[in-house]
Order: sequence, then C-alpha cells, then structure tokens
Amino acid sequence: MVLKGKAWKFGDSISTDLICPGRYFHLRSNLPELAKHVLEDADAQFAAQMARGDFVVAGGNFGLGSSREHAPTIIKLAGVSAVLAKSFARIFYRNAINVGLPLVECDTDLIEQGDELTVDLAAGTVQDFTKKIELKSHSLPRAMLNILNDGGLLAHIEKHGDFKLD
Amino acid sequence: MGKTLAEKMLSEKSGQDACAGGIVIARVDVAAFQDGTGPLGVRQLQKMHLEKLRAPKAILFIDHAAPSPRKELSNDHMLLREFSRKSGAILSDIGEGVIHQRLVESYVKPGDVVIGADSHTCTSGALGAFATGMGSTDVAIGMAMGRTWFKVPETFRVEVKGDFTPGVGSKDLILYLIGLLGADGATYKALEFGGPAIEKMSMESRFVLANMAVEAGAKTGLIASDRITKEYLRSRGRTKDWRALAPDKDAEYERVIEIDARKLVPQVAFPHTVDNTRNISKALGIKVDQVFLGTCTNGRIEDLKIAAQIIRGKQRAPGTRLVVVPASRDVFLSAMKSGLLDVFVRAGGIVLGPGCGPCVGVHQGILGDGEVCLSTANRNFRGRMGNPEGLVYLASPATAAYSAIKGEISDPRDVYAKKRRRGRVMKPRRKKK
Ligand code: SF4
Repeated sequence: MVLKGKAWKFGDSISTDLICPGRYFHLRSNLPELAKHVLEDADAQFAAQMARGDFVVAGGNFGLGSSREHAPTIIKLAGVSAVLAKSFARIFYRNAINVGLPLVECDTDLIEQGDELTVDLAAGTVQDFTKKIELKSHSLPRAMLNILNDGGLLAHIEKHGDFKLD
Repeated sequence: MGKTLAEKMLSEKSGQDACAGGIVIARVDVAAFQDGTGPLGVRQLQKMHLEKLRAPKAILFIDHAAPSPRKELSNDHMLLREFSRKSGAILSDIGEGVIHQRLVESYVKPGDVVIGADSHTCTSGALGAFATGMGSTDVAIGMAMGRTWFKVPETFRVEVKGDFTPGVGSKDLILYLIGLLGADGATYKALEFGGPAIEKMSMESRFVLANMAVEAGAKTGLIASDRITKEYLRSRGRTKDWRALAPDKDAEYERVIEIDARKLVPQVAFPHTVDNTRNISKALGIKVDQVFLGTCTNGRIEDLKIAAQIIRGKQRAPGTRLVVVPASRDVFLSAMKSGLLDVFVRAGGIVLGPGCGPCVGVHQGILGDGEVCLSTANRNFRGRMGNPEGLVYLASPATAAYSAIKGEISDPRDVYAKKRRRGRVMKPRRKKK
C-alpha cells in the first residue's frame, strides 16, 4: 500500500492528552465529534486545516500516556493516512495497529511542515519529494503486521476465530 | 537459565517457555474497563456478538466521572451497567473507588495475568501479578476469549538499598527513577523492583512504584510476592489468595539500576512531563493555587495518614485550595474512622467521594488559566487537569501536605527535623553513668 499526502510536523512526547484532551471526555461515545478536536492542544489549526491522506510526523515517544484507544481512532477518523515518528509509546503502538492506523518508525528530523510525502508500508520506505530524500523505516513485528493486514484486531479475530500471529 | 518475574508468570500462564523478546499467548485472569475506555470496549464486544466472557474476572469500573457531571457520561454509565447485567461482568459502580485501588484490594492475586483498559493497570504488578494496560479493543478481546498475546518484555532490575530519610518515600524514589530513565527510557520493558529497601517497604508504598512504571514507558512494574504481600492480603481477608513468587537468582536482566534510598531527597516533577523531575530545592517557593491529594498513585490510607500528620491542627494557606480524594470506599471509611477526614476539613480542605476526582480533568477541580496545582497523581501532561493553560507539578503526599499549609512548594523534611528537635527538648536528658 502506497500512501500520499502532506506532512504535519509535531515535536517530541506528543501525549494522548494532547491528541485527545481529557476535557472532551464526554465525547468519547461520539467519535466523529471527538475527531474534530484531534491534536488540538498540540496544534489548534490541525483538525480544521489538514486534508484527508495527510501524515502526522512527530519526534520521539509519540502517544505516551493513557491507554485511550480513542487517540489513534480519532487520528484515523480525521483522515490521517499514517503517523511517522522516531519512536512510539507502547500502548499507543498496539492500539494503532488494532484500529488499523499505520505507524511508521523512522528518523523524522529532516521532514518539515508541508513536505510532500509518499509512504510505502510494505517496502518500509518514505519519500520526501520536497526534500528529495528517501528514508528507511523499521518494519513492524510479524504479529502486528498480521493484525494490521487483516484490518485491525476485530477483523483479525473474526477472520481466524483466534490469534494467528505467526 | 534463570527467569525474571515477568518470564516466570508468562511461562506459567502461556504453557510456553517464555523468554524475553518472544511472543506468547497467555491466559487472562482479570480483565477490566473503566468508564472512559469501557463504552468503546463494550461496543466492540457487542459488534462481535461476544457477550460470553471467558476471563474469570471481567470487571467494569465507574470511577473517572463518578458521579457523572454530564448527560453524555451518564449515558455511557448506563451502557456499562446494562452490559454488566447481561454479561455477568462485575460492576464497580460510583463510590467504590478507582480501578487500580479496587483491583489490588479485592480482585488481583499474585501470579495473575491482569489486563486493563487503563495505562496504570501496572499498579497490580506490586502484588506479583503480570499486569499491564492496553486499549479497549485488546481488553475486549482478552475479556471475551480469556486469552491475549504478549511480547515477553526484557527486564530492568531496580535494586534499592538503605533507609529513606523521614519525609522522603516511594513517590520520591519513583519520580527520581523516571527522571533518570526518561519518559521512554523503559519502553516495552518490565521494571522489577527489589533489594533490601523494597523488602522492608509497605504494600501501599510498593503500589506507588508499580503504578508509575508506565511513566518511564514500561509495560509493567513488578515486585516479588513475599510476607508483606501476604500480610496485605490477610488484612483484606484474602489469606488464601497468597502465594510466594520471586525471580530466579540467576535471572537475566537487560540492565540493573542501583539506588541508595539514603541519598534520595524529595522530588518534584515540573510541567509538562513526568520525567521533568528535579530535587525539591529547585522548586521551593513556587506558589500553589491547588493541592490535590489522591488518585491511584497516592490516595491510599498511608498517604492520607502522612498528610494528616503534617496538616493536623494547621490551616491551609490562604489562596491555596486543598482537594482530598480517597482512592476507594474502604480508604474513605478508614480515613473517616481514624479522624483523618476531620483533619483535612478543619484545615479548610474539601474531601470528595472516592474516584479519580480531578486527576484527568473531567470534573472536580479543573485548573484556571496559569494556575498551579501540586498533585500527588502520576501525570502532569499539558491539559491533564482539564485546562492546557494549567500547570501541574507532581510530588509525594508529604510534600503536597506541607505545601498546602505553606502556600508554596516546601520541603517536608523540615517538618520531621522540627519534630525531632522538639522531641529532644521534651525528653529529660539521660544522665551519663
Ligand atoms: S486516578 Fe488518575 S491516573 Fe489513576 S486511574 Fe484515575 S484518572 Fe487514571
């Protein structure tokens, strides 16, 4: 799968509180409404101005903090095609794969706000057309790749009737 | 080769030889939701028509917004209550307390595998259980199937020796460690705490260590199950739930971190990350608008006792609000019986019902723009307490209590030093023989 879009650049340590603020706790059963506030406390313009297919590009430890699956869910719902970061927090990583949001672990330092990117998940490569560079990404562990390819954990269990990790 | 606590427990529950780095499918003993993550999890189960729950203990906790401040959340609560009726999942309704405190009080036993749709599920690891936080879908599937998959974590052993100085405790130790490791320094790892200082440590203080393991990115925080664990379970009327559990002597650790408790001083985590910790000397004098004493980290009876000792007979500083939230009904009752609540209310504080309270910014104590809260919780991310313009500092119950009467961040060791001095004056000098 090759994904195309523009980069929205964020810093290090983007917590789930920044992605999905606690003050919208009451919207957790109204995901489309919650998605309008995605990443609001990190970049107030992001939700309104991003286009479907764009990428969230961040520094280290993206998604640290609470286990709220709403965080990757609303990133996906908002239309983000993948999150690129230097590293991801553990629970967020697992949640993103479970809800079918692709994650790309790579060195994001050279990517800047507004760069045109394509991401090839299978090949594990990121092309930055603005900078004319290609980046290599770490591949997902096999177990997680299987879940992502099935379309998330529910679809995976529905398809196999059990965990089918290897 | 010897096994770490994590490898031992996952081997037992998976029937495989679990070694760090491998992937296992393990039985789940306890699976839990709270009211923020439960509605999504329950809807996933309904979508899959998975209403027969195979996890021996499936529990729904209503604690984050308890009681509900908004109709949307009241409706979420209705969904959880109805699901409990239909599926037989245990319901822990408003007033019973915070998920992690309730889990250790009544449900988790040493050796259990515990998954909870809440990142601080690692708290139960202090009982010698493999306990970790996951998202709603993972927990839903684990609850329904009674099994889940794990990557067996590598372990960092944290070896602690020496006695703590009065006024310094487990919260300072864990804040110090997180500052040392960084917020992602233990990502995917298990933190295993041990050594002479941990062997002597009360169960309540141990929970603080395991609770905050996730703030260094860890999957879980583990402590061997020993006679202190046994005594804790006995005090809860659960002697039968105890078993001894310890890592092998020749277990392999990715890293060993040694800490001397004698050298620790009170720690404060500055906004807006938990690893932004500094010695208290760097924080002295910061004006505090609100002190929050509570949460799954430090809302237990030991914490309330320490705070009450410092506050007794004093008044909160003018301009500093004091919000106290016991972590569970039992903590509330016991604090009431022993007169601790009296101390807080007389000092000008407010005591709220058991639950998460203002910890996650849903209700009960949201900060104003630019306001400073000194909190005994585990997180200080921007926006955490309901307002991205608020500033949250984290510290121990002793530091929080002393700062509440001083109106600014203050060093609780002063209290104990004064007490000692006074003690010396009161005691008649013993004559040398
Ligand atoms: S007290 Fe705070 S950290 Fe603990 S479970 Fe509740 S919201 Fe989470």
